[in-house]
Amino acid sequence: MPNPFVALQPFSDWLSTTALSVGIQSTTWIVPSVQILHILLIAALIASVALLNARLLGFAARSQPVADVAKRFLPWVWWVVPGLALTGLILIIAEPTRELTNPIFFAKLFLLLLVLLLTGVVQYRLSRNPAGWERLAPSGAAAIPTTFSAKLVGASSLLLWVGIVVAGRWIAYFLDL
Amino acid sequence: MSFPTELLQQLQDTAFATAIGESVWLFPTIETIHVLALALVVGSIAVVDLRLLGWASARRAVSSIAREVLPWTWAAFTVALISGGLLFSSKAVQYYNNIPFRIKIALLLAAGLNMLWFQLRTYRDVAQWDAAAKPPAGARWAGSFSLVFWVGVVAAGRWIGFVL
Repeated sequence: MPNPFVALQPFSDWLSTTALSVGIQSTTWIVPSVQILHILLIAALIASVALLNARLLGFAARSQPVADVAKRFLPWVWWVVPGLALTGLILIIAEPTRELTNPIFFAKLFLLLLVLLLTGVVQYRLSRNPAGWERLAPSGAAAIPTTFSAKLVGASSLLLWVGIVVAGRWIAYFLDL
Repeated sequence: MSFPTELLQQLQDTAFATAIGESVWLFPTIETIHVLALALVVGSIAVVDLRLLGWASARRAVSSIAREVLPWTWAAFTVALISGGLLFSSKAVQYYNNIPFRIKIALLLAAGLNMLWFQLRTYRDVAQWDAAAKPPAGARWAGSFSLVFWVGVVAAGRWIGFVL
């Protein structure tokens, strides 16, 4: 299958000759350090979305209202994603061809766009109707069950984030395939 | 050859280790699982550590957060350990002789000892400070050490990939 993103090769070549890119490349510790920071931010993000989506799915923190769990973990998503974008951007500027001519990178961006839209919907929906994804618990039960749509949203979000991490790791291996 | 090297060479020569080393997709696939698992380990540990420091979820009891989060940490740690072991087996001798790898293992042990000390000492009287927004110094130290060790584990782990 032809790779349409080779069209970005001239742009990548130009970017890699800019003073900024050359500066990052010639300072050997920048790329490794930024990658480590990127992974640590991924850890913060994955744990936050795992715990929130596990609540939506009814796997964890079942006694707490969905809105309370969201209030604890959603802000982390909105704070960490810009950090990931910034560290990711530095890595792209350092090695443009590795990402910009790589279909896996664009698949990752597409999944990211989807999951951010979905997260926006979750945030909006919970702000309008905090208990909207909860079903009535049988009297005396400590656990608050969630609705089918809550489970669908939780599963979709979890799958999208896992897909983003998988795509991110495979950017490095695209040329081997 | 010295004792550990000989044993590690045997591990590396087993059928599954050779398969991982020779396949184009097996190593990246196991590595991806390792990254997902370690992200969950480090991120979920951080939830508890930040609570111990009093920096996050301060209105919820420490024990309730530990009960909610730590099963995930342990499940993810098991996956990280198995996937990490498989990655290790494919180049056992090289990993064993790799300085960042040794630093990573040392930091993992340090994180484990810190957790053990916390569980056996500090956490025993959790009932007295469970609801405290700012837990006692011992718990705050445990949280700080844990964060530092786990950040170190991630850094050393990434570093392995640059020199091996």
